[in-house]
Amino acid sequence: MKPAPFEFVRAASLDETFGAIARFGDDARILAGGQSLMPILNMRLAQPSALIDINGIQELSGIAVVDGKLRIGALTRHAELLTSADVARHAPLLAQAAPHIAHPAIRNRGTIGGSLAHADPAAELPACVLAHDATLNIAGPNGTRAVAAADFFQGIFETALDHGEILTSVDIPPMAGGAVAAFDELARRHGDYAVTGLAAVGSARGGSFAGLRVVFFALADRPVLAANAAAALEGQSDLTDAVRAALADDLADVADDLHTSAATKRHLAGVLLGRVLATIKTEAGR
Amino acid sequence: MSTSQEINLTVNGEPVSEIVDSRRSLVDFLRDTLELTGSHVGCEHGVCGACTVRVDGAIVRGCLMLAVQADGGTVETIEGISDSGEVADLQEAFHERNALQCGFCSPGMLMAAADLLTRNPGASRGEIRDHIAGNYCRCTGYQAIVDAVEAVGKQRQGGSR
Repeated sequence: MKPAPFEFVRAASLDETFGAIARFGDDARILAGGQSLMPILNMRLAQPSALIDINGIQELSGIAVVDGKLRIGALTRHAELLTSADVARHAPLLAQAAPHIAHPAIRNRGTIGGSLAHADPAAELPACVLAHDATLNIAGPNGTRAVAAADFFQGIFETALDHGEILTSVDIPPMAGGAVAAFDELARRHGDYAVTGLAAVGSARGGSFAGLRVVFFALADRPVLAANAAAALEGQSDLTDAVRAALADDLADVADDLHTSAATKRHLAGVLLGRVLATIKTEAGR
Repeated sequence: MSTSQEINLTVNGEPVSEIVDSRRSLVDFLRDTLELTGSHVGCEHGVCGACTVRVDGAIVRGCLMLAVQADGGTVETIEGISDSGEVADLQEAFHERNALQCGFCSPGMLMAAADLLTRNPGASRGEIRDHIAGNYCRCTGYQAIVDAVEAVGKQRQGGSR
């Protein structure tokens, strides 16, 4: 399984990247970690005429607190999410999700920018940045713009990125006081694509939930913010029937996929919600 | 900017300069051009771990990295870490505990095990299993591999194997 021939360009800057994209047009693909793109090329699911390697662009790297927000460079490797003290403190969902992303060798190369731009519905990081209410920073030949995570993921492998734009960083706003993060996913084997997953933040003051953001992944064509379930949980201490009904509303559009029926996914969503809520109560009580 | 280019890198401590096709994977380059056939090609989409090598000190999938991306870098294969003695204790333990049969997964397994024990020699069986979850073995059923890695971890911490 070998890719079709392509030209390889190593871009040293964003300007070089945009120049290369302009030269090769729609047929060029950006290469960062390559952990999703290279399988696609190896299986000839795509045959770009050019790969533009952005791994050397310094301004896409780094993790820093900027104006009270945590700014994570798009080239940050999944392995770095596991070891960064700033990520553990300011974006704990990313640190909790990272061990579930594939395997150690994949995590040494795969990047957060790549995961978000690729927008695989079964991926962990899109759900995590949505739960953290993040802003995604984008650069293109005509300038920069910022897009809320809620608007960024638009379908299977579809995002708000126009061709020729690249994700440069992700800004994670501060969590509400007392809020904790909880993540869980169900997969057939450790490291497999998720069958159902959940990323949540919120607090449980005195045992009652408040300010929950509950985001499911691997259920639909994009991460699903379960707003009705979160609203029904406000002030509650447990997963009540009313919450389950609200969750069913949130997940009304869940459909069968190749491996798992919609009914199973909805059932597993409820299982994960119970586990995650228990974690939030325990962690918030510390 | 081309469909082939020259790359200069260090492989197992030796300088290498070759012209490669842009689409050539790192593992195919190591095997076919450098005749370092210890790294194996299995699934070619990153899941089986047979192609695992070390680039700039970190384990990676040789099937998901292009040779051109290793330009300027340092690559270590099973040949290198075996010759240096770095994994001698793991190799002995694998023999003692029958942690290999056909050996196809073994170079990748040793790469993954070496990576784990460097950062966490006291790894529990659960942690070992998590770390080698990305290396598939069709022969052993994994228990003996976990045994071997655990035993070496204990030995490296001052115990006996």
